[in-house]
Amino acid sequence: MALKREERVQKMLSNQDKIFQNLHGFEDAFLEGAKKRGSWSNTKEILSKSQNDVIDLVKSSQLRGRGGAGFSTGLKWSFMPKDTGKQHYLVVNADESEPGTCKDREIIRNDPHTLIEGCLIASYAIQATKCYIYIRGEYHHEYVQLEKAIAEAYDNNLIGKNACGSGYDFDLYVHRGAGAYICGEETALLESLEGKKGQPRLKPPFPAGAGLYGMPTTINNVESIAVVPTILRRGSDWFKSIGAENNTGTKVFCISGNVNNPCTVEEAMGIPLKELIEKHAGGVEGGWNNLKAIIPGGSSTPMLSKDVCETVLMNFDDLRSNGSGLGTAGVIVVNKNNDITQVIERFAHFYKHESCGQCTPCREGTGWMFRMMQKLVRGDISPEQLELLENVTKQIEGHTICALGDAAAWPIQGLIKNFKPELLKKYNQKRKAS
Amino acid sequence: MSGNHPGLSNNFIRSGEKFEWSKENLKEIKKIISKYPKERKQSAVMPLLYLAQEQNKNWVSIECIEAIAETLQMPKIRVTEVASFYSMYNSQPVGKNLIQVCRTSPCWLRGSDKITDTICKETKCAINETSEDSLFTVVEVECLGACSNGPMIQINNDFYEDLDQESTKQIIENIKNNIPNKIGSQKGRKSSENA
Repeated sequence: MALKREERVQKMLSNQDKIFQNLHGFEDAFLEGAKKRGSWSNTKEILSKSQNDVIDLVKSSQLRGRGGAGFSTGLKWSFMPKDTGKQHYLVVNADESEPGTCKDREIIRNDPHTLIEGCLIASYAIQATKCYIYIRGEYHHEYVQLEKAIAEAYDNNLIGKNACGSGYDFDLYVHRGAGAYICGEETALLESLEGKKGQPRLKPPFPAGAGLYGMPTTINNVESIAVVPTILRRGSDWFKSIGAENNTGTKVFCISGNVNNPCTVEEAMGIPLKELIEKHAGGVEGGWNNLKAIIPGGSSTPMLSKDVCETVLMNFDDLRSNGSGLGTAGVIVVNKNNDITQVIERFAHFYKHESCGQCTPCREGTGWMFRMMQKLVRGDISPEQLELLENVTKQIEGHTICALGDAAAWPIQGLIKNFKPELLKKYNQKRKAS
Repeated sequence: MSGNHPGLSNNFIRSGEKFEWSKENLKEIKKIISKYPKERKQSAVMPLLYLAQEQNKNWVSIECIEAIAETLQMPKIRVTEVASFYSMYNSQPVGKNLIQVCRTSPCWLRGSDKITDTICKETKCAINETSEDSLFTVVEVECLGACSNGPMIQINNDFYEDLDQESTKQIIENIKNNIPNKIGSQKGRKSSENA
């Protein structure tokens, strides 16, 4: 759904509206610093609300999951069965591996108590007394920071038995991944947590019915959980006042690639892409007119042409109506000094390497697409072969258990959609030359 | 397939030496297993692989796998399956400094190819090779998740970010001379702030 013109007018996110006051680690990341920033100030009071009330507040804030799919966090929580007598689990997905994305890393290492407090509140809402944070293996330093913060929280009775004096018992554990992108897919993550290869499960059953160890489980992204305490403190209306209808709140954006100052920054959801690049990342290398394309939400989201980049807003709905998606908000900027085909070829290599090998279209297709992309880089793809490549991407899309197949297909589709004449020109030039 | 480091073999080998858990690690194992439900010991297989790797000079031998299988009462093949699925368990001996260069597009756009060249030249290793003195192993890897700080590399547990050829060369030089390196941004950034 396209946004109305008047909704496009955004106000700048003021400093006091930023949820992650220590995103870049200039202050104390641990308990003392976190308390100064407001964490843990009235957790007991929050936990005195009923579980349904907590879920309703998160629902009415219109918080949408920050891990890529953008599903309503409150609604997801409401899918958890009530009073089953079974062990419920909250699992936090900190397996941040989508190329272009490095936001959860900053939250974990610099503001870990926002996440820990969020884990407690979210677990309470879904009647989970145990929570696992699955952190990617390469984030060793972040893992050490997180473990230290969790130990502090235990030592100060903020979590553990009778957490914050609320009468609720809550245990929090960290589990390290070991370098498999696919474990960011929620059911692969559960398999991995159970000590198996990280291969996605068929759904249904959905994790809310049968998740970790077959028990009711909710899986949320780090950022989705870490914003919850602030939402409950400052109110859903405050959160909703930032951004636009159904695209509310603040968002941590990561800007990488050909910009003058690559950075990670918290901004209002729906900030215009151009403003994000120019205000925070020092603009495109070589100036805005040197822009070739932008991948707005991590490697899986189709690229946007310069025209679209002029006006598009960085939120779920506006990006979707422009044929892409917010994804993880990992903004990868490509300028004209680089070969855009090579950018996508590198992604194709990535997906080939990360396919778990379970479904044939993905296992075979990612390798085939990579080899075709290599040819495309060399200018060895004829118009017919290009059509075949596009066709095959559509055969892979939607025909695998998880979304890795789609994720591998979309970047190539985006390339062909935006730069077909240029790709054909490459072929013709090479033929003329030989 | 997810597999091991691209290029490093996926076949686990015997070291020929007995592997026994150290006393400290036996304690640590108890702690780890207690994080998971009693009847779900298998969940501890990944942390135990890390522990074995750490004790075994940064690689996992078949002897390690056997010890884990015994500790967790799991079939050996299940442990091997997990070890070979994830890229961070090394199936063969690696150099004292395992250098992983990120090759994915965000780093590539900022010159990761040059970083790879510099590292290969300075360590005298080709990709997937270990130097003669076993000081370095160099591999190219997929996105390490520090994209706003690219190009970047990981050496053992540590990230080195915002690299250029000069700073990369210095890092390698320091390792050779036993001088500690500054972890993180090499351009003086605290983390990924706009600077």
